[in-house]
Amino acid sequence: MLKIDIETCIGCGVCEEECTFGAIEVIDGVAVVNEKCTLCGSCVDSCEVGALSIDSKEKAVQVDLAEWSGIMIFAEYRHGKVVPVSFELLGIGRELADQQKVTLSAVLLGSGLGGAARDLVSYGADIVYQVDDPALEYFTDEIFGNILEDVVREQKPEVVLAGATAIGRSFIPLVATSLATGLTADCTQLAIRPDDGVLLQTRPAFGGNIMATIECPFTRPQMSTVRPRVMKAVQQDLNRKGEIINYQPQPERLQSKVKVLRSVLEEQDQVNITEGEIIVSGGRGLDNEKGFELIKQLADAVGGAVGASRAAVDSEWIAYPHQVGQTGKTVNPKLYIACGISGAIQHVVGMQSSETIVAINKDPHASIFDVATYGIVGDLFEVVPKLIEKIKERRG
Amino acid sequence: MNIIVCIKQVPDAKDVRLDPKTNTMAREGVESIMNPFDRHAVEEAVRLKEQHGGTVTVLSMGPPQAEAILREAVSCGADEAVLVSDRAFAGADTWATTYTLGKAIEKTGPFDLILCGKQAIDGDTAQVGPGLAKRLNIPYVSCVRKITGFENGAILLHRLMDDGYDEVEIPLPGLLTVVKEINEPRVPSLKGKMKAKSLSIRILNAEAIEADPDSLGLPGSTTQVVKVFAPEFKGERAMLEGTVDEQVEQLVNKLEPYL
Ligand SMILES: Cc1cc2nc3c(=O)[nH]c(=O)nc-3n(C[C@H](O)[C@H](O)[C@H](O)COP(=O)(O)OP(=O)(O)OC[C@H]3O[C@@H](n4cnc5c(N)ncnc54)[C@H](O)[C@@H]3O)c2cc1C
Ligand SMILES: Nc1ncnc2c1ncn2[C@@H]1O[C@H](COP(=O)(O)O)[C@@H](O)[C@H]1O
Repeated sequence: MLKIDIETCIGCGVCEEECTFGAIEVIDGVAVVNEKCTLCGSCVDSCEVGALSIDSKEKAVQVDLAEWSGIMIFAEYRHGKVVPVSFELLGIGRELADQQKVTLSAVLLGSGLGGAARDLVSYGADIVYQVDDPALEYFTDEIFGNILEDVVREQKPEVVLAGATAIGRSFIPLVATSLATGLTADCTQLAIRPDDGVLLQTRPAFGGNIMATIECPFTRPQMSTVRPRVMKAVQQDLNRKGEIINYQPQPERLQSKVKVLRSVLEEQDQVNITEGEIIVSGGRGLDNEKGFELIKQLADAVGGAVGASRAAVDSEWIAYPHQVGQTGKTVNPKLYIACGISGAIQHVVGMQSSETIVAINKDPHASIFDVATYGIVGDLFEVVPKLIEKIKERRG
Repeated sequence: MNIIVCIKQVPDAKDVRLDPKTNTMAREGVESIMNPFDRHAVEEAVRLKEQHGGTVTVLSMGPPQAEAILREAVSCGADEAVLVSDRAFAGADTWATTYTLGKAIEKTGPFDLILCGKQAIDGDTAQVGPGLAKRLNIPYVSCVRKITGFENGAILLHRLMDDGYDEVEIPLPGLLTVVKEINEPRVPSLKGKMKAKSLSIRILNAEAIEADPDSLGLPGSTTQVVKVFAPEFKGERAMLEGTVDEQVEQLVNKLEPYL
């Protein structure tokens, strides 16, 4: 609980200003805390007279932190393929493992895995623990959770990462709860603090309006799910050596109360925007469905895929699989062209890591220009047709 | 079928902003609402009750003001409401939250089904549903987009996956988290509103749920927020100049490597 020493408090109001949550008010010359307080502690640091303190009695360190070493990732395998985020996890995992001078391992679960474990090695894994069993044909939280939990208990990695996919976000909380450790969802940045080896996990909150850095100081492993398309995979190296271990789960760990009867692949959109090298996106500035034709023409001219803001999707000018952003897809193409998109934070978080960003918007103050490499202030109905024409000329 | 729906009061995320200079949250005009996903959970519970009988209890952990969303849920068809509230709960991460909710649910009596939203729009973690199921040792399915049947004590449903959907069977008691596609929540009825107004809400504090004080709130949390900040951008902001033709010409030159 936040303690305010009313003798010491001078009612200066610095803490009131500092509080992100509106939880402190100076009333009659002293600071008063209300129930909005989340005990984040920023006011404590801001108080110059030291009137504030948080009463969170020093926690007994729950585990011997030094016993836990190594970086482990969960490699997702579905419908006969390793899901791309697994390679991205190996990319960031490799970085963290090299920094800590520890091994990078992967846990691979499925039925009929073929050469998937070799692929993981070629993308940076030192060790792959694989279970190839018919009980793993379909994803079930319980069985996947049981096995990952058991491997973690035996191997004691300091960090466990999984993709922030439908599967990762569903069963990793079960594993973290079983292991009585912390879990941070949907991270977009990970770094290890050199002084104490603590994993700093950064993620968007409040629909992307705010970023928060979170740590798990007292328990191990430190667990995160990581947003797809944010981390970079390393170059595949088919000569890399690694160890592949067939892990044997106890038979009772392969039982699930929940039964999957059928797994249905839905017609994927023809162009998967997360894989394109060039994306041309349109927003509300296109006015109507017809306007979107222009975006498609530009996309054709540059050989790119079509993306959209949520405003365009909500207006039903284009289908949801094209939506880029917080509640759509995260993309990082080489070239992203945003036409008639204002650059709301929820859109920007989904495309800001693109190599080159072009913005075309008639409002010179639109915030999309803040993330743009090149900006054109103008009417897209004038600019885009000319752009198409010029590009066609160039390409012959 | 006795159903408990876990609902959370959240600030309307679209209004929450951090001033990058002062690092403070803009407070004006930020409304508190029922987490949008939880509305769908309430609606689904009420529909199940209408088909199969039983009661719907809504339960929320939060400050006294969270009473508002509990009453709102009652006006939309829930029967009972429980507010789990104590200063000791402040600062809880999902680990401490699931502990607290689990303890509270043990006190509210037997249930067949627990429904949660897929995620709360303040933290967007989607961890409380699965974590709570583990605390209660019951099976769960997340991201349910359709319930297709209820036979022999098991629910048949479709769960949303990244590449399609899975058809799943879950025995009760169990827990489901729901996505928005599952239904269209109804608006409160007049009768519902009357009921909501007069209903007395059961309040459970730390003592009432017989919680271990070390497992609650910030001290009971496994994770800690060390920093909050406004997202930052690295755009070069090279604005092209000249007539439209000149700008287009320059742009095409710059984009040469990609064309
Ligand atoms: C929780 C939450 C999640 C969200 N998730 C997403 C998400 O995933 N993706 C997403 O995109 N949004 C998301 N949003 C919505 C987001 O906040 C914005 O509302 C949305 O991105 C706006 O889309 P827009 O830029 O197309 O429209 P607007 O903001 O209306 O901008 C249209 C722009 O077009 C320009 N324009 C108009 N006419 C012309 C013209 N003739 N020529 C040139 N320029 C023109 C205008 O100057 C304006 O800047 C989310 C919001 C919330 C609250
Ligand atoms: N404090 C709370 N009280 C009741 N239910 C909650 C609370 N926090 C989370 N939940 C439930 O858990 C779901 C997921 O929340 P979260 O894991 O925080 O994203 C929500 O949609 C609610 O159903």
